[in-house]
Amino acid sequence: MTTAPAGTVRQVMSFRLRDRVRHWLDSEPVLAYLFMSPGWLILLLFMSYPFFLGIWISLTDRTVGLPSGEFVGLRNYTELFRDRTFHLTVINTFIYGFVTVPFKLFLGLLLALLLNQAFPMRNVLRAALLLPWIVPTALSSLAWLMLYDAVLSPFSWLLKNWGLIESNIAFLGTRTNAIISLCIANIWRGTPFFAVAILAGLQAVPQELHEAAAIEGANRVQRFFAVTLPVIKGIVVITTLFSIIWTFADFQLVYVLTKGGPANSTHIFGTYAWQIGIGGAGKLGIGAAISLYMFPVLAVLSAILLRYVRSQEA
Amino acid sequence: MAQVIYDHVTKRFDGVIAVNDLTLEVKDGEFLVLVGPSGCGKTTALRCLAGLEEVSSGDIIIGDRVVTHIPPKDRDIAMVFQNYALYPHMTVYENMAFGLKLRKMPKQEIDRRVKEVAEMLGIQDLLNRKPRQLSGGQRQRVALGRAIVREPQVFLMDEPLSNLDAKLRVQTRGELIKLQRRLGVTTIYVTHDQVEAMTMGHRIAVMNQGVLQQLDTPENLYDHPANLFVATFIGSPAMNIFPARVVTGEGAVRLVAGDVTLESPAEQRGRLAEYANREVLVGIRPEDLIVQPGQVGEDRHLRLPVEIVEPLGSETLVHLRGPVGTLIAKADPHVHFSPGELASVRVKIEHLHAFDPQTELALF
Amino acid sequence: MVGSNRLSSRLVLLYLPLALFTIFLLFPFYWMLIISLKPNNLLLNMKINPLYLTQFTLDHYRYLLSNTDFPRWALNTAIVTFGATFLSLTSSILMGYALGRFRFRGGNVAGTAIFLAYLIPPTLLFIPLSQVVARFGLYNTYWALIFTYPTFLIPFASWLLMGYFRTIPRELEECAMIDGASRFQAMWRIILPLALPGVLSAGIFSFTLSWNEFLYALVFMGSGEMKTIPVGTVSDLIRADLFQWGPLMAAAMLGSVPVAIAYMFFVDQYVSGLTAGAVKG
Repeated sequence: MTTAPAGTVRQVMSFRLRDRVRHWLDSEPVLAYLFMSPGWLILLLFMSYPFFLGIWISLTDRTVGLPSGEFVGLRNYTELFRDRTFHLTVINTFIYGFVTVPFKLFLGLLLALLLNQAFPMRNVLRAALLLPWIVPTALSSLAWLMLYDAVLSPFSWLLKNWGLIESNIAFLGTRTNAIISLCIANIWRGTPFFAVAILAGLQAVPQELHEAAAIEGANRVQRFFAVTLPVIKGIVVITTLFSIIWTFADFQLVYVLTKGGPANSTHIFGTYAWQIGIGGAGKLGIGAAISLYMFPVLAVLSAILLRYVRSQEA
Repeated sequence: MAQVIYDHVTKRFDGVIAVNDLTLEVKDGEFLVLVGPSGCGKTTALRCLAGLEEVSSGDIIIGDRVVTHIPPKDRDIAMVFQNYALYPHMTVYENMAFGLKLRKMPKQEIDRRVKEVAEMLGIQDLLNRKPRQLSGGQRQRVALGRAIVREPQVFLMDEPLSNLDAKLRVQTRGELIKLQRRLGVTTIYVTHDQVEAMTMGHRIAVMNQGVLQQLDTPENLYDHPANLFVATFIGSPAMNIFPARVVTGEGAVRLVAGDVTLESPAEQRGRLAEYANREVLVGIRPEDLIVQPGQVGEDRHLRLPVEIVEPLGSETLVHLRGPVGTLIAKADPHVHFSPGELASVRVKIEHLHAFDPQTELALF
Repeated sequence: MVGSNRLSSRLVLLYLPLALFTIFLLFPFYWMLIISLKPNNLLLNMKINPLYLTQFTLDHYRYLLSNTDFPRWALNTAIVTFGATFLSLTSSILMGYALGRFRFRGGNVAGTAIFLAYLIPPTLLFIPLSQVVARFGLYNTYWALIFTYPTFLIPFASWLLMGYFRTIPRELEECAMIDGASRFQAMWRIILPLALPGVLSAGIFSFTLSWNEFLYALVFMGSGEMKTIPVGTVSDLIRADLFQWGPLMAAAMLGSVPVAIAYMFFVDQYVSGLTAGAVKG
């Protein structure tokens, strides 16, 4: 019906010649990749590259003093099978990563339910009780280190004072004690995270649902299971998975409190990898192998988490 | 001010054709309404004109410039969005001044224009408020004002009234018409509401499934729909459509539907005769069925049972059991009908429409 | 009667458990504080109740600030924290914007990859990463941490910002572009101001995570005077088994103060960031 006047045809030509690059730069896919490039560059250089380098190193006998190293196949991995400290490390990590979770979840849920009530100074308390989670763990672990001290522990002092024990408890002196102590410190640090995440979920529970359930004669406990729990279930599952992943791959708390002692009996993957790979002999190959032993567990947990997050989004 | 031309514009999204070979010329100063059901491509067509979507093929011309590959900011247009898209962190004044500031206009000139337009729209007292402090109607005005201060060549409006309540919508509709006639700026207005389309546009472009169905004045669109889609889309309640067989003989052409026989309009006999012994789709608007209660009237009137009566105040809609399906007729609100009774129906034969059942194009 | 009944039930069901939680969660901080203020002669005296403070002194803080490298560690930590936060925030705003607002092939894959990157812990990477840092010549420099902290900050912050950008209606940006803004002007003047709460959340989070990081700082900057506060405190103030508890607790206090302050000011942003992290991943 209409054709462009002659003058405009020339403009079309000039567009084709001059503005092509600009136009190309303005298209969404191009801009998207451009925008993502700084982030991906950093992640590729300092995350993907070391990840694959780590797999390679774990297949060599590279040490800090001998950075080239020779290819040794799976020897580092198979040798760890025979390493008693590594056996303990695996057991410790699973205890530390999984056994603490029900406690954190239960205490966090309880705390969230309490903080969801109305009372004076609620916001101040909510803020203060999150402190264990936000303060540098290495530093707060120092406080625990003293609380667990063989001589100076105020817990021992109190119990002695009340006549419950004769002599000081060796909180970090035996493997069993040390692991329990580590778990308690970890529960202390992790509970606020659960509480705050669940509290956010609780605030999304529609009040009308509670009222409707109350009218139908449901008591507090019934309402919790019928109304509250279904709404916060997503948050609870995701928070739990996150917590397991982080605790499983922890480092600082154990490093500060026991350094894996006594007698290398309380290592978790992170600290043992550090001790073998960096701290002691600098056996990078074996250290990398220890780290990579975490990978299957992390991969499974991540896959579950990813699937769950996806299903929540849909 | 300028003309706008869509020259064979096609827009595909991942294989789906949203706008199919649209060719359309909007005259300088014209108020053109793009109307159609949701998903018909009208909004996509508008967004292509705005430069928010890249056309797949074809060209768009504003004034005497081909703008097909020019970014939105250089097209010299202004757009009013359905949700108004007011910048929430800016005051009304800043919202209106934003586009002018970007064009590096002197401060006094910005101030003068913003205040002038604010006064024109009666929002001069709201200039220091943030959008969240405004009512829906006020927001709509600010969105409009933000477009007007720019003094663009073309206004684009994407269902700007659909978020208002019914009463305000009617009132704003009137104001918008007056404003456009006064400013004389070429305006392209997208809506799914055929009443808005009929009342506002100089001309209306009806779209369906990405294809332009008809481009005409409201009157012509109503009286001479080009095809079945336009016929049923424009007008409320919709045109009655029913199949009928064309019977010729004894020098007459008749339309037979069930036990009802209608004479062909005199001047359309020739056209209908081509369909002798075949079916056509017959259309008749509700106001072209004259109904009276009871058995009164002449013999040639139809006698049809009343199914439902909908009194609307200014008129009454009477649902009749027709020869094939229900027919809706508009009746005088002061005449009483009761369901179950027979009504006498006169068909205004001269206003009859007929459509080819295959192509759905209008025969007349 | 009814009132007192309610009060006593509130006491048992609310205030008592809250009090227990408060003691459990805050006692270590109380301990940190009183030890940091307790004179040395009282500190080791187990005859007296250790839970009270009968005299107090600032000696430990004085010692920490003048006789140790703590001021230098604080400077190191601040430089690294600001550097890493700035770098991460800039890249994450761009990344989150791209993932949240652009339609492009591979967008979903990129989003998933970012999410998975968030789940890769430092303990998995630190040994090979130490080799990478050494190879790039960054060992024992600020850059070692400024470049490696973003590996856990960018995934988190991008994910958070992506969610934020998605909540901002597309029309605002389109309207700005029709009004005469280029894409970058629309981003800078319309979208970014509206995403400010999200940017703040991501910033606070990046700040705290950088300030608190331990493993990478220990491995890449663990020697000499380049230590950060957590690493310096843990490795230099504990010499063999000779614990200087006073300065140690003083260091723990001072090292915690910046994050505690940042957190107190922006607790809501912090919490929303935390839950965005937990809820949206």
